[in-house]
Amino acid sequence: MSTSDIILQQLANGLILGSFYALVALGYTMVYGIIKLLNFAHGDLYMVGGFVGFLVLSLVSGLMGSSWAGILCSMVFSMLAVGLLGVIIQRIAYVPMLQAPRLSILITALAVSMVLSNGVMAITDGEYLAFNTDLGYEGLDLGNVFISYTQLVLVVSAALLMIILYLFVHKTLYGKAMRAIAIDQDACRLMGINVNRIIALTFFIGSSLAAAAGVMAGVYYGSLHFFMGFVIGLKAFTAAVIGGIGSIPGAMLGGLVLGLLEAFGTQIPFVGSEWKDVFSFGLLILLLIFKPTGLLGKTEIERM
Amino acid sequence: MAGSSPLTSVSDWLRPQQNRMIVLMGLAGVAMLIPLVANNYVLEVLTNAWFYAILCLGLNIVVGYAGLLDLGYAAFFAVGAYTTGILTSKFGVNFWLTIPVAVSCSMLAGLIIGGPTLRLRSDYLAIVTLGFGEIVRIIARNLEITGGASGLIGIDRPSIFGLELSRGIHFYYVFLLLAILACFISYRLQNSRLGRAWQYVREDEDAAEAMGIGRVAVKLYAYVIGAMFGGVAGCFFAAKMTAISPETFTFSQSVLILLGVVLGGMGKIPGVIIGAFALVLFPEVFRGLGSMRMLIFGIVMLVIMLYRPEGIWPQKQREV
Repeated sequence: MSTSDIILQQLANGLILGSFYALVALGYTMVYGIIKLLNFAHGDLYMVGGFVGFLVLSLVSGLMGSSWAGILCSMVFSMLAVGLLGVIIQRIAYVPMLQAPRLSILITALAVSMVLSNGVMAITDGEYLAFNTDLGYEGLDLGNVFISYTQLVLVVSAALLMIILYLFVHKTLYGKAMRAIAIDQDACRLMGINVNRIIALTFFIGSSLAAAAGVMAGVYYGSLHFFMGFVIGLKAFTAAVIGGIGSIPGAMLGGLVLGLLEAFGTQIPFVGSEWKDVFSFGLLILLLIFKPTGLLGKTEIERM
Repeated sequence: MAGSSPLTSVSDWLRPQQNRMIVLMGLAGVAMLIPLVANNYVLEVLTNAWFYAILCLGLNIVVGYAGLLDLGYAAFFAVGAYTTGILTSKFGVNFWLTIPVAVSCSMLAGLIIGGPTLRLRSDYLAIVTLGFGEIVRIIARNLEITGGASGLIGIDRPSIFGLELSRGIHFYYVFLLLAILACFISYRLQNSRLGRAWQYVREDEDAAEAMGIGRVAVKLYAYVIGAMFGGVAGCFFAAKMTAISPETFTFSQSVLILLGVVLGGMGKIPGVIIGAFALVLFPEVFRGLGSMRMLIFGIVMLVIMLYRPEGIWPQKQREV
């Protein structure tokens, strides 16, 4: 393989990885932007999304087959179900804690994450589940570079979801309310915005995007595991910070940047793929120290 | 109206320092004598409980006293265990000589991670410590000197005055003594100038800074002292197990230690010890639970945070 082939191949790998990161990072950033909560359970919602998608796919595969029609159906259902789960979690665990000290709410979020991941572990006995689909292995063959149609469809659908989100946030009344709450919650309340409903909506959207990413990851990697939310949660947080936490375009950009960095990071001599995670967590730590506002984040002076 | 109920009369009786010491001595005596009646299984479980008590007391300094969320505490414990492991098994250094090295290494790790990050907001700090914990585990997994994924074996058992510490009962006393020492240090720290500074920073960082408390320095002390506790516990852990592997130091381990602190009551020494014991005894008592253990812990943690955020035995607010 020539150098340009390697670059092209890693570009493709990085884009797909990056679009998963971006979808999960969006949920982090939206929730953080609106109520300043670092939702540790977010990565686990991605995992639950994958499992719900698996469940639905195995139910509908008799009717629609396990090709794109079935996958689309399971993805939509998974997004709805996990979105609702996100709202329920917010209602039960986070609403009573909003006035509590920061330490308490962080520990609560951690507890929610434990309940989700260990709940799924108890159900699946900690086994890997094979996510079988009928998607073929055909794809675009560009000399030495191979991009499967599955990869293409996944990247395009991730992009589509992000465009829809962008339009929703910037063109609709609900989106406007969301942006307003991120700036000043009390003023919004005075203006007659139902703040609680908008926060719930934010959780719904964030969780369902994570679920979409979970189903896509299931399709792409072909297997699911209860612990898969942990690492991607951390990675997506890194992505959100790279882009500037609280900024929606930032999360998309950060996800893609991180995905590409990781894909090309595996090509550095003497650094095998087992060091991939050290690479991105190290990047996160350095970034938080030197540029905590990220690429697109606003500089803000705030009370600690 | 003294002694209106048994509970208030007990707490009245406990108020003078003298009476408290009597109770503490009594408890310590019971702990010392338990090995005479316990079988090997009970002894092993209790040893484990004291071990977690040391770790939880160490984390309590960071989370309970200084109010910083540390999600990578297992990393410090790993640094201690690996330092001792590598020095004794690969270089044949005497166990007792590895302790100062291991403590210095874990304190250094605390400085490295705490130094630059303690200026950050608390939720960023939580994520950074989480990432740091994972980095340490992945490094231990991939380096040659740490034995890779299979870990280190053949770590020397320490001996003291010609007696080789090899039986369960020896380690029971080792961990009991360490736990008592940890309690003593925690107690002295809590009531020191530094302890008050931690409490101030925890309650109101800006006000503390305005009063001339060096915010970052005070937090760094908490971090480094917490790391030291973890390092010492790690040394003796390595000596007890004679083999360590990276999978002992996962994120779940850090969460488990944090759970012990939260369960019993952040910042309160007896509470933290009760939390550590609950952590170890609960799965032993309910053995049938198996894989449900962490799920139930998660639910318990959630319920505690929602309904009793100060833990089972909370710290009393200092009266003015």
